[in-house]
Amino acid sequence: MSITLDHVEYKYSEGTPMETEALHDVSLEIRDGEFIGLIGHTGSGKSTLIQHLNGLMRATGGDILYNGESIYREGYSMKELRSHVGLVFQYPEYQLFESDVLSDVCFGPKNQGLSEEQAKARAIEALRLVGMGEEYDKRSPFDLSGGQKRRAAIAGVLAMKPEVLILDEPTAGLDPKGRDEILGQIARLHREQGLTVILVSHSMEDVAVYVDRLLVMDHGRLRFDGAPREVFSHYRELEEIGLAAPRVTYIAHALKEAGFPVRTDVITVAEAEEAILCTLNGTNEREKATP
Amino acid sequence: MMRDITLGQYYPVQSPIHKLDPRTKLFGTVILIAALFVADNIFCYILAAAAVFAVIAASRVPVRHILKGLKPVLFLLIFSVIFNLFLTDGKVLVQFWIFKITREGILRSLLMAVRLIFLVMGTSLLTFTTTPNQLTDGLEKGLGFLKVIRIPVHEFAMIMSIALRFIPILVEETDRIMKAQTARGADFESGGLIKRGKAMIPLLVPLFISAFRRAADLAQAMEARCYHGGDGRTKMKPLRYRAADRISYVVMLAFLGADIALRVLL
Repeated sequence: MSITLDHVEYKYSEGTPMETEALHDVSLEIRDGEFIGLIGHTGSGKSTLIQHLNGLMRATGGDILYNGESIYREGYSMKELRSHVGLVFQYPEYQLFESDVLSDVCFGPKNQGLSEEQAKARAIEALRLVGMGEEYDKRSPFDLSGGQKRRAAIAGVLAMKPEVLILDEPTAGLDPKGRDEILGQIARLHREQGLTVILVSHSMEDVAVYVDRLLVMDHGRLRFDGAPREVFSHYRELEEIGLAAPRVTYIAHALKEAGFPVRTDVITVAEAEEAILCTLNGTNEREKATP
Repeated sequence: MMRDITLGQYYPVQSPIHKLDPRTKLFGTVILIAALFVADNIFCYILAAAAVFAVIAASRVPVRHILKGLKPVLFLLIFSVIFNLFLTDGKVLVQFWIFKITREGILRSLLMAVRLIFLVMGTSLLTFTTTPNQLTDGLEKGLGFLKVIRIPVHEFAMIMSIALRFIPILVEETDRIMKAQTARGADFESGGLIKRGKAMIPLLVPLFISAFRRAADLAQAMEARCYHGGDGRTKMKPLRYRAADRISYVVMLAFLGADIALRVLL
């Protein structure tokens, strides 16, 4: 199970004076079970890129392979691709339309051709996966809070049992508690169900904690592709393209400049805590050692 | 999809026509319409054609772009030509079964087509060279005299400009929701009429909800800025006539005069 992008290009309004290049020569491979973060400045091509992965947008150049088969091949079923590659758009709660939560989550599985009962079973499973209990099943999706609506919408995609789950800024506009809950549940799905996850985010802190591979987009190009620690070590270049490293990375660098021998490759708060404690203990021991 | 409509979309270039006061252009459009309906002989049409093409040249909007705007009215055009062609009495030229083509019919349908084409070209030229905001500003001020008979001109203008402003927003929103539902396996393209109609529900419900939400948000934002209607409201860019506008008025009136003279005298 993998998605391969082979020199993918996308141009808006090709052949007119308004032609703009949204993706330029993007090649990458998304392997089974990866947890990938995708970051980039507004307009860098992130959203365009993810819409290519389930065939909502068609590349104007290059090729995309799903499990080794070109999705642009004659007769390839886009509908089937979309049930393998689930895409949760930004502010997915605005796609809710049914009169109760359960029916709304059933929409996807029903489109896949499942029977009423099967769809319902899938929907219930998906709702429990995002932490929404039975008490919500019969409620109107429009009476829920922002975070609950969002979870119901994510369940709507999960109910289709995708192998790859793409989320475009799933935490935008949520409070810290809602954000941690959603990201925690996504991480659990990745861990327990072996789901391949692609997380588009603006928060360097979030991607540093959760993902194990980080893609950085800039002006339609793939600028970095690697482990978060490795990518964030280029924090000067990241700043040039309107991004940054997690705040703790800067703190570590500042401490080092101030003369403390701290590791500077920390990217999460937990790591920073450990590194600073380690340095403090080290200095203490040295102080003790000197009479 | 809906982005491809050229009819009525502002064409952003710098030109003397773009710089004219919107009231002048509105008046000019009215004059053109009047002139086209007054016209009844070939000389009137030649005059009108010369006028329209002169304004197009001055506006720097490519003629091709304007002709593209004729596409949506093509059906209406063909319809009226066919009706005039077959249903005008006069000297019969060709006859088969119950249909007959007369000399008068040919002339009339030709003139009708020309009239319609110039009508659409002239009015789309107005919207090509005037932003929606300028247009509503011009309407508001140009029709300001109606306030005397208690017609809420400002409110109508505000409603119009808000409606115009929301068209691209709702188009974008439709696009977004459509994509989101497609990602969930929805199918908007295949099936019969009933199936397609049903498929619209997942699109229309969120669209309406979002339109109402945006309307409520906007109303609140306007209230928060103490909006209370048109009374005593000042403008950041008040409309003022300049020399070019005065000259345009003289030219437009001369054009209408010439058009009437051509009809009466010939």
